Amino acid sequence: MPSMLEISPEQIEEQHVYREMGLKDDEYASIRSILGRRPNYTETGLFSVMWSEHCSYKNSKPLLKKFPTEGSHVLQGPGEGAGIIDIGDDQAVVFKIESHNHPSGVEPYQGAATGVGGILRDVFSMGARPIALLNSLRFGSLQQPRVKYLFEEVVRGIAGYGNCVGVPTVGGEVQFDDAYNGNPLVNAMCVGLIDHKDIQKGIAAGIGNTVMYVGAKTGRDGIHGATFASEELSEESEEKRPSVQVGDPFMEKLLIEACLDVIQHDALVGIQDMGAAGLTSSASEMASKAGTGMTMNLDHIPQREENMTAYEMMLSESQERMLLVVEKGREEEIAKVFRKYNLEAVAVGEVTDTKRFCLEHHGEVVADVPVDSLAEDAPVYHQPSRIPAYYEEFQRMENYIPKITDYRETLVNLLKQPTIASKEWVYDQYDSMVQTNTVVTPGSDAAVLRVRGTNKALAMTTDCNSRYLYVDPEVGGKIAVAEAARNIVCSGGRPLGITDGLNFGSPENPEIFWQMEKSVDGMSEACRNLETPVIGGNVSLYNESFGGQAIYPTPIVGMVGLIDDVKHITRSHAQHAGDLIYVIGETNAEFGGSELQGMLEGKHFGKAPSLDLKIEYNRQKQLLTAIRAGLVVSAHDVSEGGLSVALAEKLFENEFGCEVTLEGEPVTALFSESQSRFIVTIAPEQKDAFEQSVTDARLIGTVTENGVYRIKQEGVVLEEKTSVLKEAWKGAIGCLVKSKV
Amino acid sequence: MKFAVIVFPGSNCDRDMYFAVKDQLGAEADLVWYKEANLANYDGILLPGGFSYGDYLRSGAIASTSDVITQIREAAEAGKPVLGVCNGFQILLEMGLLPGAMLPNEKLKFMCHYETLTVENADTMFTRQYEEKEKIQIPIAHGDGNYFCDEETLQKLQNNKQIVFTYDQNPNGSVGDIAGITNEKGNVLGMMPHPERAVEALLGHDDGLRLFQSILTHWREHHAINA
Amino acid sequence: MRKVKIHITLKEGVLDPQGKAVHNSLQSLEYNNVQDVRVGKYMEVMVEDSDNLEAEIDRMCDQLLANPVIENYSYTIEEAG
Repeated sequence: MPSMLEISPEQIEEQHVYREMGLKDDEYASIRSILGRRPNYTETGLFSVMWSEHCSYKNSKPLLKKFPTEGSHVLQGPGEGAGIIDIGDDQAVVFKIESHNHPSGVEPYQGAATGVGGILRDVFSMGARPIALLNSLRFGSLQQPRVKYLFEEVVRGIAGYGNCVGVPTVGGEVQFDDAYNGNPLVNAMCVGLIDHKDIQKGIAAGIGNTVMYVGAKTGRDGIHGATFASEELSEESEEKRPSVQVGDPFMEKLLIEACLDVIQHDALVGIQDMGAAGLTSSASEMASKAGTGMTMNLDHIPQREENMTAYEMMLSESQERMLLVVEKGREEEIAKVFRKYNLEAVAVGEVTDTKRFCLEHHGEVVADVPVDSLAEDAPVYHQPSRIPAYYEEFQRMENYIPKITDYRETLVNLLKQPTIASKEWVYDQYDSMVQTNTVVTPGSDAAVLRVRGTNKALAMTTDCNSRYLYVDPEVGGKIAVAEAARNIVCSGGRPLGITDGLNFGSPENPEIFWQMEKSVDGMSEACRNLETPVIGGNVSLYNESFGGQAIYPTPIVGMVGLIDDVKHITRSHAQHAGDLIYVIGETNAEFGGSELQGMLEGKHFGKAPSLDLKIEYNRQKQLLTAIRAGLVVSAHDVSEGGLSVALAEKLFENEFGCEVTLEGEPVTALFSESQSRFIVTIAPEQKDAFEQSVTDARLIGTVTENGVYRIKQEGVVLEEKTSVLKEAWKGAIGCLVKSKV
Repeated sequence: MKFAVIVFPGSNCDRDMYFAVKDQLGAEADLVWYKEANLANYDGILLPGGFSYGDYLRSGAIASTSDVITQIREAAEAGKPVLGVCNGFQILLEMGLLPGAMLPNEKLKFMCHYETLTVENADTMFTRQYEEKEKIQIPIAHGDGNYFCDEETLQKLQNNKQIVFTYDQNPNGSVGDIAGITNEKGNVLGMMPHPERAVEALLGHDDGLRLFQSILTHWREHHAINA
Repeated sequence: MRKVKIHITLKEGVLDPQGKAVHNSLQSLEYNNVQDVRVGKYMEVMVEDSDNLEAEIDRMCDQLLANPVIENYSYTIEEAG
């Protein structure tokens, strides 16, 4: 790279150098007018990263405003590192989801690993101890060698980082669909636990206070990561490899422990991690939030490489770095806390009253801009939106009902679909038990962790069936939230709130923007109805691969619920032979966006399954009441593959059989993906109490000892040994990964 | 009885070990930062799992050269119980307190799940509360748990009854299905599975608790005799 | 200043799962002439020159850089600059 300082402000304007950094012409013009002069190279860089979609949400802001963000138990909504919800006893749960799609698409191991590292820092910078990680992953078809490689390396990267830092990876989901062939999604969620008194803010308050830098040294890695994340993947992305950051989980582990020590110190004023856009975003946001200014001397920044320019230092996305604001004169007290962990905390700047962001390097002022212009004044775009032709066509279609003759074979094939198949191949690589709080380990509807020292537990899940969102983003958005809530309720928890990981294609495409609008509308409505405010999240746009093929709209819902008493923890699989099996909810012929449709037709079309949020809410409430009353032995939601798959999944753990009688048309009864349904098992002696408590539950059969899965309707419809079904389900992903293409 | 749980930079099962001993066993325990350790005041030494020093170079290698190692060696020589779990086991191997070495798992993947172990020797201070040949459920969580030693060493381990736990279904390629071994004297135990994760039925199984109870009852008897 | 180039390899007879995996991959890429693969480590250590440098490097290797139970090492010393 040539010396950036040689490029003059005039050249930047005349040769449109700013465009290479991702700034548009009118954005450059407004920077010029904010400054009243042409920005120099470093300043142009500061604006380019802070005004990228990743940092400014300039395309998604108008939509994000629609989300309900308030609730009596919300202690911190969107805007800080992570949101916080009260769980009583002066404790609170902190959580957030974040995407690392573009880095993972280029260098999957490091991309996924640093995604985990980043979300951990968001949580412990709030003062919380990270207690759990979840991951929501999307890949293309495992038949493709490149996809297989991405899948294996992403999982290895998540494991490599999460296992080392000692935070259990307890759940998440993995789905496979051709729509992600060129653009995988890697969204990592972290959940932390905090005492109210320890809640930190990322603010640079107190004029004259000292800005300190701690953690890994700054190198040239990840320069322009934030703008990279806001562009479409292209052949050139491969060449952008050097811009992918490398993670050091050992450093992160030391930072976690040191930061949790330092927040107990009264000399600490504010703390924030250096995430996307590194020093630039952490420093300018901390000052902007506090209404102050900041001066930094870049000569003091710990540097890993020689001759780094101001531009490079400010835009570096080297990992495992934190920025602190500390009371003046007490720097040594803070440095001492870090020294225990062999970490060096260095004074690099000062909080000022100028409301300006001022950088010095080698005795010269290299940037001097209004601090709010970086953090607050990014343009907001109201992108045009247009209903896609495909959607209108889907709405006009006749209802699709697949024709099937062999139900047994269909079930076996469904169980082998990688989206449905057991994810043991994935989660076995994750340490799901460290910290010894994990009560329900991966593979269930939601993961459950007890809160040590109390009787309470937390249930957590990530969900998003993007096929429904593709066929109908509004309904699909509602379903994503509702399904997450179902998973929490099945575990015995009351949904508290969500974090959203919004993954879409290019917002500049009006049809994609329409998908975004509708998804957010649907999610917002569901959040209001199900009383789950959005407390934070992340937006990842431009998820398109070579040739402009956009991903399915994938707004991932990360949800946390509170289980008041560990006695209420309920598992998804059947526990005893002889128990009664009930289905809660109606089944209609709804196959648009279903697993079966994808399997048989190789594509998704038609209408999404319908969802009535009032019914959903009441049903969840009834089920939770029954669970808390001790009437329910096991509970599982009915999702991909319909009732036949949900029933099989309930039997696998203990290899029970079942004797079930179906009503209605068999293909619909077995495979339809009608919403708001649960399948539960009940002890026979609780029959009456349960039926009184859950009014739309229907008895369909019993759990049997003999290990045979049998479904009848005037004769046997489907019969197979549970062990055979389990084998198909359990081994499918391992087989696909191992198979030579 | 008072335990020291040694905390290295990168240890991450230290608190789990501490809670197991304190809350479930009901004994005294301290988390002892490796630089600030004075082990003379402790009756048992616990080396927890994790990734000391990131497991860079080799698992446990860098920790095995730190200052506290001399004190751990002294404690072992004095006959105090020393238990190394997972990374703790790797450190004991790198220190040479136990014979052999650790290689990456055969399938080159980290793995985390419950394994069935057989108690091969119930006549140690760590296993006296188990029955000989008893099957117990203890979880593993490791990437480098493939125990290796040469033929001669294996023979010696067998002859001296130093092999304490074996896997029923060898998950990682360990020689002789070895999951845990002691030193010749029997007061230093290294094992890859995590007994501290299996001390409460709420979290799945409590088969690991008896390992800690064994140490405690042994110490009490021994202590009573000395007193 | 000297640059010491250290190669650490697994001893003969010690199973090398990584080497095996690489070998399998090479075979699946149809490099059928590959007979065996062993994976080792390579390090560069910059060290001040001294009279008994070799003895010192040996000690470093024995104490930390290699595990004598499973690994062998060899090295070359070069002028750094």
